[in-house]
Amino acid sequence: MKKFTRWFSKNLIRIYAVMGFTYLFIPILYTFVFSFNDYVRSNLVWRGFTFNNWTDPCAPLDICPALGNSIKIGLMATFGATILGTLIAFALARYAFRGRGIVNTLIFLPMATPELVLGASLLTMFLNLGFNPGFWTIVIAHIMFCISFVVVTVKARIASLDPRLEQAAMDLYANEAETFRRVTLPLVAPGIAGGALLAFSLSFDDFIITNFNSGTTITFPLYVYTHAERGLPAQANVIGVSMFLLALIVVLAGQFVGRKRKVSA
Amino acid sequence: MVAIARKSSSANPLDSLRQKVAMPYLLLLPGMLWLLVFFLAPILTLVSTSTKVPGMGIGEFVQQYRWANYWDAISTMHTQFIRTFVYAVIATLLALAISYPLAYAIAFKSGRWKNVLLVLVVAPFFCSFILRTIAWRQILAQDGLVFKTLHSLHLISADTRLTSSAFAVVTGLAYNFLPFMTLPLYASLERIDPRTMEASGDLYANGLTTFRKVTLPLSMPGVVAGTLLTFIPAAGDFVNAQILGNPSTTMIGNVINAQYLQTSNYPLAATLSFILMLAILVIVMIYIRKSGTDELV
Repeated sequence: MKKFTRWFSKNLIRIYAVMGFTYLFIPILYTFVFSFNDYVRSNLVWRGFTFNNWTDPCAPLDICPALGNSIKIGLMATFGATILGTLIAFALARYAFRGRGIVNTLIFLPMATPELVLGASLLTMFLNLGFNPGFWTIVIAHIMFCISFVVVTVKARIASLDPRLEQAAMDLYANEAETFRRVTLPLVAPGIAGGALLAFSLSFDDFIITNFNSGTTITFPLYVYTHAERGLPAQANVIGVSMFLLALIVVLAGQFVGRKRKVSA
Repeated sequence: MVAIARKSSSANPLDSLRQKVAMPYLLLLPGMLWLLVFFLAPILTLVSTSTKVPGMGIGEFVQQYRWANYWDAISTMHTQFIRTFVYAVIATLLALAISYPLAYAIAFKSGRWKNVLLVLVVAPFFCSFILRTIAWRQILAQDGLVFKTLHSLHLISADTRLTSSAFAVVTGLAYNFLPFMTLPLYASLERIDPRTMEASGDLYANGLTTFRKVTLPLSMPGVVAGTLLTFIPAAGDFVNAQILGNPSTTMIGNVINAQYLQTSNYPLAATLSFILMLAILVIVMIYIRKSGTDELV
């Protein structure tokens, strides 16, 4: 008993962490289990095991076009926000200029504003201008709220660079452009990749801002929300779990490659 | 030296100096323009809409600069406002209590599993937010896992309801924004030199004292960032209250959403949105001031 108490107090933090992860993963596990449910109309009660939902994920009308929209919007928003955000991050991290306070405030404010207000205000403006919301207004909105997150991520990476590496390149007669292209950019790249990944995940999973600015366009989160009351098909679970597993594989593979590279270098 | 250079290549150095001065602005221009047009201008539109009053036609509003709209909105909706901030604060504290040990374990106790565990913290984001909230509702339901366990332990009676309750809304909020709390906490814990904790132990501080006097103060930037990143979306959320709540757990987000998209009462929706934004900004500013962290971005 004493041994157990000692083991327990020594591993308390680990036990607690396992409980934390359990809390995090119970809903995912539930979604996974119910992706195999032989549902009729609504996927709320367990009716039996089937692979049908996994073999035919596009069976429910609109679900795959909605997923396609989400991916398209996610990629465009990521592309736009990563470029705009990275440029701002370089300006903030590398230059002294007037108006830095205003720039910092304008980067901080969208993160401190609830999505609801961002979405609602943008819709108000589009309606006032007589602009019909749809696919492109979603892309515009997503770029807008992703920029700040990219700036913060990339800026942190630039700030953590060792300036001696660039000085060394200059000492070796590389001009400014060459130094940037062959030393700075490769070193900042992981930060840019991190920012892009963050932007994609924020865009792909966004519901609130999209809900305001979507018009008749349907994204995957909108599909799930509008079908939640009428009965959600199990294929939604299939897609949710697949995206989760895909993200896990991509990131873990990235980590693995990164580690190998480090070892060989 | 400068004089010689200037003589040898006329206006060239001045040109390059001008370029250097212009460079940061060129880099900032596209992104800042985007934020001005699609963030700041909409917020200003929101403010201008908030003082409009209903016009002659249906769904028509005219500008009367009626600032009393704000007073009206607060006096009719103060219950929802107070409820929203109470829920958001409790959810944030809950997320902090769950995340701190989690981030601590990842930063100091996970060894070579560190990166894998970090990925696992973010991965739930990819399984749609709404799907997870619906799953949470089913888990808390009368025939779900949590209810049965608690009931068999005689902690709750058979007629207690876990879903459609304030409990469900708050745990849902804490659940959904947990990674926003865990990641900044991890980032600041990871930066702590473990030798500072060893030194504290060498100076006869016990585990608790070390935590209270060394680890916790050093991780404060993460605590501040994490609580803000959780509190802000929690205070503006309406999905959790919609899926997990009942009419008496309505948050201000639900009201704004309904006023916009169902009732089309744009002035009221705009007024409420702007009050919410200002209230959150004021809370965030006071909090940052008090916690002594000046670095905003």
